[in-house]
Order: sequence, then C-alpha cells, then structure tokens
Amino acid sequence: MEVSTVQPRMHTDRHYEQELRELHLKILEMGGFVEKQIANAMGALTERDSELARLTIERDHTVNRMEVEIDDLCIRLLALHQPAARDLRLITTALKITTDLERIGDMSVNLCERALELNEEAQLKPFIDVPQMAEVAQSMLRRCLDAFVREDVEQALAVCRDDDIIDGYNEQIFRELLGYMIEDPRTITRALRLLFVAKYLERIADHATNISEMVVFMVKGKSIRHLDRIPQTV
Amino acid sequence: MHVNGAVMDMTANAPGRATVPPPQTAALRAVSQTGGADRIMIGVEDLCMSYGGDTLALKHISFDIPWRHVTAFIGPSGCGKSTLLRCFNRLNDLLDDAWVTGRITLDGVDIHEPRVDVTELRKRVGMVFQKPNPFPKSVYDNVAYGPRLAGVRARRQLDEIVERSLVRAALWDEVRDRLRDSALGLSGGQQQRLCIARTLAASPDVLLMDEPCSALDPIATARIEQLIHDLKEHYTIVIVTHNMQQAARVSDFTAFLYLGALIEYGPTERLFTAPEMRETEDYITGRFG
Repeated sequence: MEVSTVQPRMHTDRHYEQELRELHLKILEMGGFVEKQIANAMGALTERDSELARLTIERDHTVNRMEVEIDDLCIRLLALHQPAARDLRLITTALKITTDLERIGDMSVNLCERALELNEEAQLKPFIDVPQMAEVAQSMLRRCLDAFVREDVEQALAVCRDDDIIDGYNEQIFRELLGYMIEDPRTITRALRLLFVAKYLERIADHATNISEMVVFMVKGKSIRHLDRIPQTV
Repeated sequence: MHVNGAVMDMTANAPGRATVPPPQTAALRAVSQTGGADRIMIGVEDLCMSYGGDTLALKHISFDIPWRHVTAFIGPSGCGKSTLLRCFNRLNDLLDDAWVTGRITLDGVDIHEPRVDVTELRKRVGMVFQKPNPFPKSVYDNVAYGPRLAGVRARRQLDEIVERSLVRAALWDEVRDRLRDSALGLSGGQQQRLCIARTLAASPDVLLMDEPCSALDPIATARIEQLIHDLKEHYTIVIVTHNMQQAARVSDFTAFLYLGALIEYGPTERLFTAPEMRETEDYITGRFG
C-alpha cells in the first residue's frame, strides 16, 4: 500500500493553506533556534564560557514559548478545519516534533548547567570525543529538519541509522571516563559531569531520531517506530 | 490556484488520466480491502450506467459492500454517487432512456435477473432521501403504510411492527403518545427518523441513505448518526454524503467517486489518514470540489 506522495495542489481555502504554511515555517524557526541553543551550549563547555552558558539557559524560555505557539496553532487547525490525509499527518507530526524540539532545548540547558559546574574546576582532559559526538548529534538534528522541509524519506532514514554512531561515542566516552575515575578518585565529580554531557548528547540524537520517524510517517503514512531494524526503504 | 481553474484543470485532463484505475485494479483493490468483513451484501462487477446515449454516468465500477457495515460514498457533485446508490434498488429503471451494463448482486443474486421482483427488491433495499418526505398522515399510518400494502391487517401485528420500527429508528419515546397526530407536525429530525422507521417497517436488509442529514440541524444530525451506528447491527447501510466528516464519523468503508469512476475504496480510517490516490488526497483535504 502506497500513499499519494505527489505534491498537492493548492487548497481551495487559501486562508487554511496560509495557516499550514505558517505551521511549517514556525517549526523550522523553532528547529533553527534549538540548533543554535545546542551550538551555544557546546561553546560554553569547550570554550569554558560561563557567560554564554547563562545566556543560553535564559534563552530557553523562547523555545518554550515557540512550543506553546505551535501547539496552539495545531489545535486551532484541528478544531476549525477538520484536516484529513496529508494535512492531518502534517499537523499531528508538528505536535510531536515540537515536543521533541522542546526536550532538545531542555537538554541544551542541562548541558549549560554541567558546563557552569565544570568551568569552576580545572579541565579534566582536552575535549576530543565530546565535541565530535556533539557534531554528529547536531548534524542529525539539522538533517532531520531538512528532511521535514523537503519531505525526504531517505534522508530521514539516514538520520535514524546515525543513532548507532552516537551510541558508539557514548560507549567510548563512558569507558574512557571510567578509566580516569578508577585511576584517581579525585576526578570522579568532573568525570561524572562529563558523563552526563555525553548522556544529554545521546538524548538529543534520540529526539532527532524521533523527529525523523515522524517525518517518515508524515510523508508515507506509515509508522517505522519501535521496529527491530531501521528499514532500508519505506 | 483559483477554484474554477482547479476544477477546469481536473475536467480537462480527466479521461486520459493515468491515475484513474482501470476497472480490474479497482475491483482487486476493493476486494482485498473489505478484509475483516467476510460476507458480501452487495457485489458490483464492471458496472456502467448511462442516463441515455453514449455518455457514461458510471464507468466500469467494481467493488463489494460488506454485510452489516456502513459504507459511505463521497465525491464532488455530479460524480455519480447518488446514481450508484440508485442502481442498488433499480430506481434508475424508472427513467426511460437509462441503461445499465455489468452486474449487481444482492446476497449473491443478480438483481437484474428476470425472476427478481422489483417491488420485492425495493422492500429488501430500502431508501431514505435527503428531505424528509412523510406522508400527510398520522405517525402510525406512515409506518403502517408499507405493511398494510403488503397485506398485514391484524391490528396487534401492525401495532407490533409500528412500535418495533419506531424503537429501532430511535423515535418511539418521542412519539408514543402522539401516534395519531399528523406526521407533518414533527420536527425535521423527527420526520427523517420517521421516514427511517417507515423503511424499517418493510424489514429490509439494506438501507440506502442519500444525504439523510443535509436538511437537518447539528443536533438532529448527531441523532441520525448515532442511529446509523445502532442500525448497522441489523442492517447493511450505504450512505451518500457531501459532508466528509460525516462519512469519516459514521462509516466503516468509504468509496471515493470522481467523474463516474471509482477512484479509491477502502477502510474509512485508512482513506482519511493515508489515501493512496492523488485525487482522493486532493478531495478530502479540500483542494478541489
């Protein structure tokens, strides 16, 4: 069974069409803002910039506001237009995507909080794996939003597959930090904080994976969540 | 794009569109998607119908309507949904120049076979119309009209039929004390339920409903929709509606017709969340029509 994926013609009701476009734009805007939040959080950590960390934490309320605005728009569209098919899938996807984006925003705040604590002490080790892991997580977020805009199922599936890379980094960072802690118990506090950092990045990648799965649903009308393996094609 | 532009575009391209499925495909798809409902009440095979001349009002339609489920026909005005509905009790026979090819079966029997008595067929396949059309008689006489015509004379038997029909049509409690009052004094929604009761009095297997709520207010509409849910326990229901949300609310299966062709047929839930055909998608999301 295959859903219709041909680009649809315009709505007869142009006001409705306009609101659906606005929804698209608002999600992109929120996605862009959240991307910046992660970048700033990582900057605060690697550059040991506590001022940037505090600023980023403060900006989280913008993410929260965007989530509420998008939810309101979705609820209004559902109530007033009784959307079906493609439009219904877009709106339900939007409702779920905003939750994921808001959680990513919260993860950025958590990253900043750990950065503030770590910046108080001497640096445990040079940052190598953590920035690389953050780079992959950020790229996953960027690409899943791109897949959302272009309705690109292949791209969305590729993002899902990248989750393995993130898990690999997580494992590696865990082993390395464990080594530090066994060798010198005085490093435990800092090592644990860094471990949290890796955990947050791993969660961000999970949210990007969720978004990608919703993009596949939005385009194809099929759920690929909770499968044992990521399908090659849908 | 402007509405008129969109409509003209669809019309201009219609006959040669690759997306209109050939009859065979539609039949196969329809059969595979009534899965879960194992008994077929109405079978339609390669049905073509014309009101005269070479112009086809229905083009090679094949699908199966499952027993004791609600099947809805949707589509823009003039797509053939009422025409198709009227084929099921041979109401189109009343028109002089109309002709039909293909097969329609009711519980496995071809309804165009010579041995089929059309009056008997119309008793088994009852119909409810857009505007409530009660007879200018009492509530009781409206419901008893059919059974009396069929020769039922015994008072007690008539009382029984009238009460049972009104109960099933969810009207009994409102009219039990006004059975001798004129049916024309009832509200629009009550009149429509009375017409449903009148149809039920003939003990049909199938109920055809042509826009049964379009003349009713939202509350009366909700009552009819609830009634449809209740009635499918005993009857196979086919409903034509312009209101897509109504089709989504009341039906188990939905058929989308466009320009006399069956474009897509399947479980209502799937049709309204992930339709396969572009035309269906455009129509149910309000992109034309």
